[in-house]
Amino acid sequence: MAATLSVENLNTTFFTKAGEVKAVDGVSFEVDKGKILGLVGESGSGKTVTGFSILGLVDPPGRIVNGRILFGGEDLVQLSEESMRHIRGKRISTVFQDPMMTLNPVLRIDTQMIEALLAHEKMTGDAARQRARDALGQVGIPSPDERLKAYPHQFSGGMRQRVAIAIALLHRPELIIADEPTTALDVTIQAQILFEVQALCRESNTAMIWITHDLSVVAGLADDICVMYAGRLVETGTVDGVLDNPLHPYTRGLIGSVPSRNTRGRPLNQIPGMTPSMLSLPKGCAFRTRCAVADGACEEQPEITAPIDGRGVRCFHPHMDNPQ
Amino acid sequence: MTELANGLPLAAVSATEKAADVETPFQRFLSGYCESKVAIGAFFGFLVVLFLALACPWISPTNPYDLMQVDIMENRLPPGSARYSDGMIYWLGTDGQGRDMLSGIFYGLRTSLFVGAMSGVIALMLGTTVGLTAAYFGGRVDTVIMRIVDLQLSFPTILVALMLLAILGQGVDKIIIALVTVQWAYYARTIRSQALIERRREYIEAAQCLALGHRRIVFRHLLPNCMPPLIVVGTVQVAHAIALEATLSFLGLGLPPTEPSLGLLIANGFDYMLSGRYWISFYPGVALLIAIATINLMGDQLRDVLNPRLQK
Amino acid sequence: MTVYVIRRLLQAVLVIFIMTLIVFFGVNVIGNPIDILVDPDCDQACFEAAEKALGLDKPIIEQYFIFVENALQGNLGKSFVIGMPALPLIVERMPATLELALSAMILAIFTGIPLGMWAGLRPDSVSGKVIMGGSILGFSLPSFWVGLMMIMIFAVEFGLLPSTGRGETVTVGGIRLSFLTLDGLSHMILPAINLALYKISLVIRLTRAGMREAMHQDYVKFARAKGLSTTRVIFVHVMKNILIPVVTILGLELGNVIAFAVVTETIFSWPGMGKLIIDSIQVLDRPVIVAYLMITVFMFIFINLIVDLLYSLIDPRVRLQGIKA
Repeated sequence: MAATLSVENLNTTFFTKAGEVKAVDGVSFEVDKGKILGLVGESGSGKTVTGFSILGLVDPPGRIVNGRILFGGEDLVQLSEESMRHIRGKRISTVFQDPMMTLNPVLRIDTQMIEALLAHEKMTGDAARQRARDALGQVGIPSPDERLKAYPHQFSGGMRQRVAIAIALLHRPELIIADEPTTALDVTIQAQILFEVQALCRESNTAMIWITHDLSVVAGLADDICVMYAGRLVETGTVDGVLDNPLHPYTRGLIGSVPSRNTRGRPLNQIPGMTPSMLSLPKGCAFRTRCAVADGACEEQPEITAPIDGRGVRCFHPHMDNPQ
Repeated sequence: MTELANGLPLAAVSATEKAADVETPFQRFLSGYCESKVAIGAFFGFLVVLFLALACPWISPTNPYDLMQVDIMENRLPPGSARYSDGMIYWLGTDGQGRDMLSGIFYGLRTSLFVGAMSGVIALMLGTTVGLTAAYFGGRVDTVIMRIVDLQLSFPTILVALMLLAILGQGVDKIIIALVTVQWAYYARTIRSQALIERRREYIEAAQCLALGHRRIVFRHLLPNCMPPLIVVGTVQVAHAIALEATLSFLGLGLPPTEPSLGLLIANGFDYMLSGRYWISFYPGVALLIAIATINLMGDQLRDVLNPRLQK
Repeated sequence: MTVYVIRRLLQAVLVIFIMTLIVFFGVNVIGNPIDILVDPDCDQACFEAAEKALGLDKPIIEQYFIFVENALQGNLGKSFVIGMPALPLIVERMPATLELALSAMILAIFTGIPLGMWAGLRPDSVSGKVIMGGSILGFSLPSFWVGLMMIMIFAVEFGLLPSTGRGETVTVGGIRLSFLTLDGLSHMILPAINLALYKISLVIRLTRAGMREAMHQDYVKFARAKGLSTTRVIFVHVMKNILIPVVTILGLELGNVIAFAVVTETIFSWPGMGKLIIDSIQVLDRPVIVAYLMITVFMFIFINLIVDLLYSLIDPRVRLQGIKA
């Protein structure tokens, strides 16, 4: 069975005045029906641009320069803007990071929900309102009739994110791209939303890409993980595989820097140095200037290899001494 | 650097950081400003205007206000005519009294720029002092001052200036007073809002902890950090002042005919225009336009460069 | 909301009171009008008689109280020159000014907003740059000079459009209007464009800046991610957000346009309040000056109030704060 979405060698570059920025550089992955893929990376690693590339929403000076995005038998990169518009919101929908910013502050909730419905389906205003109301109820918003007439600023952050999720679910899409949807929320609300999203996905067999910098979120949610660093995939695999046995030094660093009970009283591990500027990436492996095991070989760009079945890693010195 | 990077990752990172730090804020400002060719052009255009205004006694062909040099018989000559006495060319023609337009424009520019700059400087000093006082002391002082500022700003500048001139009469000093009166509030408001942001910063707290005097804290610590928006507003307001002065002089309420600014030159040409003698109004207007436009263009680029919200 | 309106009204009354003080005492410092109005051959007796007739012999404080008392009854004094009551003199000329100012505003909105939106959507295109260059030019052009040049080109050189007066007018409900006749309309074109020029530039810049800021907001991206058409994103999502600052500033600018009509009216001999006030200043016709000022102050306060209320209608966030306050 073909995957819902299959990204092959995606390259998205921003042509800025200061130079070319390869925000996404040769990224490939697949998401299957009903599966959740965790796309993990620091801010600036290109994970958000990957999401926008799939939606065809990369703004100038950025553009997709190479690669294929296969979705339902079509290559989204080749589609016209008008055909893309029919896919956006209907077959692929999104939830953004900051619920304070994603809803238009001067339009009422009902306007924003009904327009999303009418953009893809011919229906009467009343039917659309009914659908919007049901969608709000589905994501756990009490008294949806009243809330429909409210403005975004009258909602709390968590409620707004629920509204955004309700909008994303309106057309029962085949794929949802969630870009750090819980980062801006309280931990308790975060947990609720994670649980609900997971349930909704499993129920309707929707594929999902969950973009985050937070490994602990992905651990409980995703089926597969892709780790990105400086626009490139550095490690891929199943959640358990990657988290239990990280191969790439960067992934190891990420996992090591998550505080846990075992690390109490000891200094937290951290990755030395800073995220490199995308304008002046080190030659070869982008991580080598921060890497403890880097040597002269790393001045060449490593390719993705599969030292273990079902795993991929872009490193000359993958961490292999941890027998499974 | 590459050899270093292999063994000593941290050293490499800090070395690149140092290299970036060498650029001083002024250099960054300069390279930001020079990003726009139009802005560079505007800067040099403004230098030319400034030079003409400053050097006009030495470079203008005649002194249009020396009656000995003016022949009333040679009035309203079209551009390019020659003077009867010595064949000097009136490149831009002559006005209703037979004065050389080109010289008149040079002297007019001088007056216009002087009035604009003077009123700008005085309004800036007044507005800055008032605005800083309001922001630094806050509370009731702030409320009273800002009410006055709001009240002042709710009235159109031209109306206030018109009234003041009606009360004060004509004269260079009078028009400067009028321009300062209508403009100080803009500076006060700008600097206050900036100072309110800066006041909460740690360096002000630190200065207060050192028990420095109010005056020292305000002028040595607070003011330099409030400069960028002030510079932008200052540029725009000087251009405004020049335009407003010209308008008022045109209406016959600004400068007296003994010190003609560009506005008055244009007004003088108004009467002759209907008979097709366009040059008496046209050329002073072009000079005025160039003076104002170069300042505005510089101000535009300054706003882009100095605005932290637009910095990437 | 009611509390808010009442508070605003009280503020307005206070401002008007302060302005009567400033205006009256300010204007009455201007040189002695008797010198201008009375025959130079006039002797002391006729001089005093004239002074008495104009009420100028009384102490200035008393003059002020007489002024306030009369003003409350709608009497702002008689013009020294024309001998008519000042208030009706101005009110009679008000429609001409308002007609001009409003048409300039409408012109500014309907040309400025589309041009600004275009320039904001395509900041790097040639057309976008031309629009921006034009708006900088519009900012820098001294409007009185442009007025003269317009007269020269369109009236003198080509004889296309009339350059003085209001042309044929139609009286509607006691108000004379120019824009209802073809002749009146043709008389209005030049002055209205002249007055609008600066505002068009302003609207272009405001709209463009708002557009550029809004286009990068998450809600625009989200709206596009919902699959909405570009038209809907721009004309509903973006437009509603950028209209808020534009409407506010334009509302406040209406006062400015009315004031700047002084210049345009002088150039195009448009018989409005502005021309009247310039003439009055030149002959020191104090009652007219005072009356003009009082009326404009009143008008500005009224405009500001309307803008505030309008603002709260467009922006739901402000509306909520207003109710709480």
